[in-house]
Amino acid sequence: MITSALIFAFVCFGLGLLLNLWRMATGPDTADRILALDTMVINIIALLILYGIWQGTAVYYEASMLVAMVGFVSTVAYCRFVLRGDIIE
Amino acid sequence: MLLEIIISAFIVIAGIFGLVGSLGMIKLQETMQRLHAPTKATTLGVGGVLIASMLYFGLVKGHLSFHELLITLFLFLTAPISAHFIAKTFLQANIRAKDLPPSQSEYGWSVYVDPPNREEDEE
Repeated sequence: MITSALIFAFVCFGLGLLLNLWRMATGPDTADRILALDTMVINIIALLILYGIWQGTAVYYEASMLVAMVGFVSTVAYCRFVLRGDIIE
Repeated sequence: MLLEIIISAFIVIAGIFGLVGSLGMIKLQETMQRLHAPTKATTLGVGGVLIASMLYFGLVKGHLSFHELLITLFLFLTAPISAHFIAKTFLQANIRAKDLPPSQSEYGWSVYVDPPNREEDEE
């Protein structure tokens, strides 16, 4: 039962990634593209943890933690670059 | 058996929330509306996945860990901050300062006006 639920969630988050990719490619504004990238990072975290449940190992926590931190820092850095033309003033 | 049903329910609900969050990115019309979908629905979806993972490893596999709670806490703390930054980026690119209501303080909105420099004011 957990296996079929996992497959359903994999499909959901994979489809979500494709929709985000569409928004990132066609987004009319820079803010749309940054938002799409941020959402892609969150979806990838969910996929990593689901894969960890699928494999039955706890190795993927560290990977998802790192992805979460790098995603947050890169979103803020990109926004600051667009806002002020510099990341650290 | 009951445990499996609970974990599967968490995973399925998380998947639906994640899909709704990403669908909102496509479906909603304007950038400021699109900001709602990922920051709320997708964060909740990841929260569901993390709860399911914690239940699975704690109760089925038998080694309880609190790593997931750390990730949940981190995501719930950082999602509003990144949403705020994205909204500021949109404002700076598309909205003029005179179209906004007054900020009701000595200084203008922080996107358009530099932060007050107290030391220079005193000199």
